[in-house]
Amino acid sequence: MYRWIPFWPKTAAVTAIPVNNLYVAELVLSALIMATVVAMMLTFCVRYRRNSDASRANLTEKSWHFEVAWTTATLAAFLVLFVWGASIYIWLYQAPRGDEEIYVVAQRWMWKIEHPGGQREIDALHVPVDKTIRLAMASADVIHSFFVPAFRIKHDVVPGTIETLWFQADKTGTFFFACTQFCGVQHATMQGKVVVMSAPDYARWLTEQGVQESLAQQGEELFRARGCSGCHDPSSTVHAPSLFGLYGTIVHLQDGSIRLADEAYIHDCILNPRSFTVAGYPPIMPDFSGQIDEGDVLKIIAYIKSLGGAQETLE
Amino acid sequence: MSVTTVERVPQGDAPVSAEPNYLTAEHTVASWLLTKDHKRIALLFFASITFFFFIGGIAATLMRLNLATPGGLLQPAVYNRMFTMHGIIMVWFFLIPSIPATFGNFFIPMMIGAKDLAFPRINLASWYVFNLSGLVVLYALIMGGANAGWTFYTPLSTVYANGYVFAAAFAVFINGFSSIMTALNFVVTIHRMRAPGMTWMRLPLFVWAIYAVSVVMLTATPVLAMDTFLLAAERFMGIGLFDPNHGGDPLLWQHMFWFYSHPAVYIMILPSMGVVSEIIPCYARRPIFGYAGMTIALMSIAILSFFVWAHHMFVAGISIYSAVFFSLMTFFVAVPSAIKVFNWTVSLHKGRIVFDAAMLYALGFVLLFTLGGVTGLMLATLAVDVDVHGTYFVVAHFHYIMVGATVSAFFGALHFWWPKMTGRMFPESWARFAAILTYVGFNLTFFPQFILGYLGMPRRSYTYPAQWQSWNLLSSAGASILAVAYLLPLLYLGWSLIWGRRAGANPWGATGLEWITASPPPPHNFERTPIVTLDPYAYDPETGGYTTQEGTLHAG
Repeated sequence: MYRWIPFWPKTAAVTAIPVNNLYVAELVLSALIMATVVAMMLTFCVRYRRNSDASRANLTEKSWHFEVAWTTATLAAFLVLFVWGASIYIWLYQAPRGDEEIYVVAQRWMWKIEHPGGQREIDALHVPVDKTIRLAMASADVIHSFFVPAFRIKHDVVPGTIETLWFQADKTGTFFFACTQFCGVQHATMQGKVVVMSAPDYARWLTEQGVQESLAQQGEELFRARGCSGCHDPSSTVHAPSLFGLYGTIVHLQDGSIRLADEAYIHDCILNPRSFTVAGYPPIMPDFSGQIDEGDVLKIIAYIKSLGGAQETLE
Repeated sequence: MSVTTVERVPQGDAPVSAEPNYLTAEHTVASWLLTKDHKRIALLFFASITFFFFIGGIAATLMRLNLATPGGLLQPAVYNRMFTMHGIIMVWFFLIPSIPATFGNFFIPMMIGAKDLAFPRINLASWYVFNLSGLVVLYALIMGGANAGWTFYTPLSTVYANGYVFAAAFAVFINGFSSIMTALNFVVTIHRMRAPGMTWMRLPLFVWAIYAVSVVMLTATPVLAMDTFLLAAERFMGIGLFDPNHGGDPLLWQHMFWFYSHPAVYIMILPSMGVVSEIIPCYARRPIFGYAGMTIALMSIAILSFFVWAHHMFVAGISIYSAVFFSLMTFFVAVPSAIKVFNWTVSLHKGRIVFDAAMLYALGFVLLFTLGGVTGLMLATLAVDVDVHGTYFVVAHFHYIMVGATVSAFFGALHFWWPKMTGRMFPESWARFAAILTYVGFNLTFFPQFILGYLGMPRRSYTYPAQWQSWNLLSSAGASILAVAYLLPLLYLGWSLIWGRRAGANPWGATGLEWITASPPPPHNFERTPIVTLDPYAYDPETGGYTTQEGTLHAG
């Protein structure tokens, strides 16, 4: 089938628009810089070639004022780019509360997606259009990187923590996503598609998956099976912090530091509790590192999030 | 073979010495393998790195062949080993030693009027250590190669990769000692052995560049040794430093690795800036524009290069505050580079420009470096980096700097100094053809990769969606042209060794001290110690004349 040679990726998300604009602006600036250098070089090379009669008198020797002017102009232009890029980055890399919170486990060489309702898919991500989607991503082995070119978003998925990323698709359609951190033999095939659907289509798709237990319900079962409830249940006699309303609040730790109780914090607490002892509680929680896989941790996190939390502080 | 032998610049007037030169002074194999002459050691290094350049080049050729079609040619596992070995060999076994260990070794003592480097035995030891590390990397390659990427990201490299990662890392560990020894030698030599009158502000810019790069090598390379040592300990004993299952942090490796490897990028580019600063004034026949600014720019790049490492980690999950800091620092380090581009270009103004091969390579360098630089600014911009990080955009960017710019400068240096090193002239028209072919082939190979990167093609992929084939095919076609352009000099320069016209002491009419002595130079470089009375680059474009740093005026 004949295809026109592609020059430009699609832009299909609110996150893509400012990044794309900045990229275009930088392309234009780069073209101007290149054009200036080429024009100067060509002019001088032709005019001052060896056999030309052009005057070489009054060679510019004192140069500092040229250099200061050029340096200042360059620095000013660079600072504009810096501020522009940094402000978008800060907006891009602080995931707000999502309309949909979707969990992603990267594992060589596939992407396992879990929806809050318990729907699961592999190498495909179905999302509703015009909704804020918050991804909580964990890796089961090495470092991967989740990249959707059409949304201009990317974040590494580092083992041992949870990374969050958000986007809001503004067009329906199917868009390619890929792993961009080399992760072993089949890295090149660790790819999938984001399917952006209208809200009714998405609702229909969710029900067609065969309703299972929601992720939070599965998490609750794990919470009991793993014995977490023995201490963290409000009715428990053991002195352990309550998890109701925890998500998104500020937690004071024994060592004096403070942490925002986001997905990464809850993950760290489950796998490495001794390093995150909450102020005023004894360090008695057992270490779950190596005993529970990342998918189950995500389910427990979904359960803890379902227990309510601060809506506003998590920005 | 047609040979252009028309001379357009004066021959210089150094006496034809009856004394044997450094090549003919002794003839035995031992006189080469145990030599303490910096010029001979430079040639030994030259042989070693040329060998590795072609090994790394073969890996690159296989990769481009594989990527000509989405279906590919190589097994995925083979492709992964090819790009890993290509990276390791090209970075540590060609680019880092390329200009310092060959042209630096040969010309630093000559340009400052010294008889040799400060520590000739350490210089020789450096070559042996380099070859030892070369043997280890060849072992890793022949046994099947490493497959974790040249960046050795943990925990892939420590827990999951099953290739010869340890051997490759060990080769890099040993290789670092060669860098340190060579750098130490340059720093001491430049501080202590300058000829009378060779003040700091009279040093040719190539010497400044090698000085800057030596300081970076001396301070950064020990960190690399620690990195690779810890990597080995982690891989063998599972000490858990980089393993989250044992309380370690995978990002710690990236911080430590880039703390060396970002300065290493400047180790690769600074010497080529020095080379180009020699070539442009010589062939433009005018003094370099803004000499003092150039020295300040070189040293600021060397210092700032230590404060930008985390710009490789903007999407890795570092804090937003450190990302903002490292982005700002990256823009700062770009300022001195911009000054240099401006000064090279203005150095053509009111010149009397000769378009010999070395000059064509230098002009190509400036253009490729500028394009690599502006795309570097795009990568320094946080939001754009989030999008293009880990794609072919990055591949294209660093090849523009490390291959486009550095290898162009390497070939420029080779043509500029070839008559001095061998005493022979090469066929100029062939050399100009190779220079232009390099430029065309390079841009055809790597420019399409910018477009592929923005389209979203991940790097280190053995396959890709079919709609991206046009650009990949163009890139592979360009690579075949580039391969020819890189092989050509081997042929005509080899030819010139036997049939080339004999070169005078100063065939280009250059001002540096290396040109006042015979070609090839005598074993101790100078018949008497030169006394320096002038700044470098005393070319007069009005008359076409020039004055050497000794103060000898040659009319135009």
